[in-house]
Amino acid sequence: MSGILNSSIGRKIAMALSALFLIFFLIIHLAVNITSLFSADLFNELSHFMGTNPLVQFALQPVLVFGVIFHFVLGFVLEVRNRKAVGTISYKKNNGAANSTWMSRNMIYSGLAILAFIVLHFIDFWVPEINHKYIEVLPEDPTRYFGELQHKFVPVWRVIAYIVAFIFLSLHLMHGFTSSLQSMGVASSRKKFFKNFGLAYSIIIPLGFIIIALFHHFNH
Amino acid sequence: MNLTLKIWRQKDSQDKGQMVDYKVTDISEHMSFLEMMDVLNEQLVNTGEEPVAFDHDCREGICGMCSLYINGEAHGPDRGITTCQLHMRMFNDGDTITIEPWRAAAFPVIKDLIVDRMAFERIQQAGGYISVNTSGNTQDANSLPISKHAADEAMDAATCIGCGACVASCKNSSAMLFVGAKVSQYALLPQGQVEAADRVKNMVAQMDLEGFGNCTNTGACEVECPKGISLENIARMNREFMSANIKG
Amino acid sequence: MALDSKVPEGPIKDKWTTYKDNINLVNPANKRHIDIIVVGTGLAGGSAAATLAELGYNVKAFAYQDSPRRAHSIAAQGGINAAKNYMGDGDSNYRLFYDTVKGGDYRSREANVYRLAEVSGNIIDQCVAQGVPFARDYGGLLDNRSFGGVLVSRTFYAKGQTGQQLLLGAYSAMNRQIARGKIEMFNRHEMLDVVKVGGKARGIIARNLITGEIERHSAHAVVIATGGYGNVYFLSTNAMGSNATAAWKIHKKGAYFANPCFTQIHPTCIPRSGDYQSKLTLMSESLRNDGRIWVPAKIEDAKAIQQGKLKPTQIAEEDRDYYLERRYPAFGNLVPRDVASRAAKERCDAGFGVNATGEAVYLDFASAFERYGKEQAKIHGIKNPSKEEIIKLGQGIIESKYGNLFQMYEKIIAENPYETPMMIYPATHYTMGGVWVDYNLMTTVEGLYCIGEANFSDHGANRLGASALMQGLADGYFVLPYTIGDYLSNDIRTGKIPTDTPEFDEVEKEVKDRIDFFINNNGTKSVDHFHKRLGKVMWDKVGMSRNAKDLTAAMAEIKAIREEFWKDVKVPGTADEMNVELEKAGRVADFLELGELFAKDALERNESCGGHFREESVELDGEQKGEAKRNDEEYAFVSAWEYKGEPADAVLHKEELEFKDIELKQRSYK
Repeated sequence: MSGILNSSIGRKIAMALSALFLIFFLIIHLAVNITSLFSADLFNELSHFMGTNPLVQFALQPVLVFGVIFHFVLGFVLEVRNRKAVGTISYKKNNGAANSTWMSRNMIYSGLAILAFIVLHFIDFWVPEINHKYIEVLPEDPTRYFGELQHKFVPVWRVIAYIVAFIFLSLHLMHGFTSSLQSMGVASSRKKFFKNFGLAYSIIIPLGFIIIALFHHFNH
Repeated sequence: MNLTLKIWRQKDSQDKGQMVDYKVTDISEHMSFLEMMDVLNEQLVNTGEEPVAFDHDCREGICGMCSLYINGEAHGPDRGITTCQLHMRMFNDGDTITIEPWRAAAFPVIKDLIVDRMAFERIQQAGGYISVNTSGNTQDANSLPISKHAADEAMDAATCIGCGACVASCKNSSAMLFVGAKVSQYALLPQGQVEAADRVKNMVAQMDLEGFGNCTNTGACEVECPKGISLENIARMNREFMSANIKG
Repeated sequence: MALDSKVPEGPIKDKWTTYKDNINLVNPANKRHIDIIVVGTGLAGGSAAATLAELGYNVKAFAYQDSPRRAHSIAAQGGINAAKNYMGDGDSNYRLFYDTVKGGDYRSREANVYRLAEVSGNIIDQCVAQGVPFARDYGGLLDNRSFGGVLVSRTFYAKGQTGQQLLLGAYSAMNRQIARGKIEMFNRHEMLDVVKVGGKARGIIARNLITGEIERHSAHAVVIATGGYGNVYFLSTNAMGSNATAAWKIHKKGAYFANPCFTQIHPTCIPRSGDYQSKLTLMSESLRNDGRIWVPAKIEDAKAIQQGKLKPTQIAEEDRDYYLERRYPAFGNLVPRDVASRAAKERCDAGFGVNATGEAVYLDFASAFERYGKEQAKIHGIKNPSKEEIIKLGQGIIESKYGNLFQMYEKIIAENPYETPMMIYPATHYTMGGVWVDYNLMTTVEGLYCIGEANFSDHGANRLGASALMQGLADGYFVLPYTIGDYLSNDIRTGKIPTDTPEFDEVEKEVKDRIDFFINNNGTKSVDHFHKRLGKVMWDKVGMSRNAKDLTAAMAEIKAIREEFWKDVKVPGTADEMNVELEKAGRVADFLELGELFAKDALERNESCGGHFREESVELDGEQKGEAKRNDEEYAFVSAWEYKGEPADAVLHKEELEFKDIELKQRSYK
């Protein structure tokens, strides 16, 4: 097993595993957030649990942070290596659209857009959270989360930024979902199902987040 | 028809190289693309210029010698064929056609449109075989039944002609379709099982050493492959590689 | 020098076994000190190089392409014969031997052919062990198909790419030895001459095609496996680079050249469309199983078709001339290749050709669509199917059998062969003639071997389908590795052959002088210009149908083209770089000599046999009137030509052919 990350396929599989992990995480994240559409209490309850449960905070959250960083760093490493493999002279005329999707050719850009979003997202939610809990050490109020959420989506610019980011997320997932399965060596007999499932996933999940953003923008 | 050709000219591996424009006239739509190149070269020789060097041999789509990146696609705009099977009826009078060599760090240009594909050779030498001697005493061919399905699938993988279009089309210059096809052919047959783990590890190691990029599953290789080698072969190689490494 | 075929004594069935039991062997430790050069890495060269390296010899292998996998063996479609009798239809080594000798019109050496049949089964075993994915039936066992000219199913195949799969098998065996360091592979290298030391072949001079460097390579034996010389016709189904240079160079250094006029013109190729044509594409012979060949019966219909005013589908059934069925009712469309080719030429020469060049005949699948369609309708229980339904069902069956060929045809011709008949015309395909070798596959030069299509030995005057692959692999895997050992057992004390000797100096100088000549010759015409002219003479006068007058004229014309070539050929660029025109110039120079010897051999052989048809030698009356007539009393020999300067001065040596195990009969397909 040692040195598997030194091989191209090993890195590819690691990329796919981290992707599948993040894909799973997105479902949890959406599931929690979606409650805010119909029940402020349930949303507060779940958020409180996520924000205070030691297992989530000190075991799952570091794993998530590691997963995100790993996926990004490895993505960049692969991009740099792949550019090196292409060599110094590129085609004068290259018709990539003839044989592949825009999504598949531009994962690095959709990825960068998502990274930019995550920075914003951290500033919006994670930094205040850390500030609240560990720096100013304010008393915990299990009902504060819903209000904070609504408050965030008041400015139009933020809603637009989120929507744009989710569109990029959707594009990233449209290739990423099936790509990660292909990297994991999923047999072709089940591919059609996964293809449709992947497409549905990559539309439904970002759409869910967009609806939440819009909902709170118009309903605060 | 009359055409303008923009062709990559490079004297040798050291030369910087550049695109040069040529004109050809009275090209018949029934000509193959390489016959059109022959017309150009005959024209160049007659005017005392050096003809454009390009790889070609069988001219019936099986040897894998011909390459050429034509108007931004490996083996040109048609599907399921090599450059030698591309016909001029795919183009129109007055067209400008851009012709470039395969581009990949692992495929350095030798001259003009000819690239060095020795990296493919070395990958095959790293394990693309079954270690059996020619003794004349191998067991009878029918003593080892192989399911028709497996044999057919192995055959599909084995039809790869090693032209390198997969690498040329890949935005990452990845050779995984080529290596995947070879790994798959043997992985699907019982004869190949004995060395399967070592084979995939060694071939992948050599592939990485040659400086090919990593597959990001864009699928461009499958579309441009003149023999329609399936992406499934890459998935199979990934499985083989994982199981080989897990077994140790 | 008298020819000694060195055929071992004893009954034909025991010759090879007895021979193997009694030859000298080289012990493994000594093999490490013996070098062998193998030029050409197709089926014959590739399998030989791999096997010799497995045995322990140091092999240096040379290919002009960038990989052994690209050799033209790869283009063989149909299959490989082997007398396995898996179908239980009565096949045996003797039957395969008999069919091959008969198919070759009794101009091959019995002992060699028997040995070929004997080892044929081993080839399949070996290939399967290597992982060649042959077609299989649902029980998991190997499938066989039948091929022209025989009564059993003995052809193993891998879709329509059997040659490719067998070559990749041999190539994988080579790769294993390259990885072990036992084969040193020289890709993009071309052998330009052989070096003899003390009368024995001891090395070659080769050009690195990338750098232009002239290199010396020495060895204890040299094996030539460079394929046939079909490209002497310019247009053929051979690869663009296929050439006769190695074979011709060794001929000039003392190896006799045998039966150059025995060339196979394959009947089912895609016709030429214009003067720019660079090569011809073969369509598998198997198409004749289901297609019917015809031309219009009326000359005015033919003219209208040639001018594009009429479509084949508009011609009524009674206005079609199914000339093969008419002339050969017994075999019909399945007559042997040479007969089918000549019949097509006869119709086209009479003005009945069906494309703009007047050189094409139809291969029509309409009746097969109907036949299969009706069968399918019955199988699927469709009551009173419409004509369209039947055709559609039938097309499905044809597609499953020949889909890739139909697609290939459509890509080239841009016509849908499901809707309109295919057009086909004969094209040069394979050369049965080649370098003369004895039973050991050694040429008339000691230590110089020749295997595969490059030699003359096994196919006589005509080769049966699916036998070329068999011969290439038999020579390389199972014959040469034994016979060469017998010779090399005398070389265990020789030590490394030095290359800094006057013999190497001399040959290298010849090679360099010739290259310098081309580079410095301020001619005005391209190499292809001369090659095309040579090809035209060969096709028109030394093609499918030959006569003394044309052959004499051809010899003079080829000589004239050759002389003009040397005066006026133009080769741009320099010698010390990759120079494709320079490579072609050398090859065409050799074709221009070989072509003349070819015509001379055809002129000398005043009989019709196999692919060689002399208009002077036909049946004059009876049922066979007008058909080819073999002359066994005067011509049952191999013509082996010795080089004496000009091709016209070549000296003929005859190896008389004895047929002890097969009775000679005239072929009849009526």
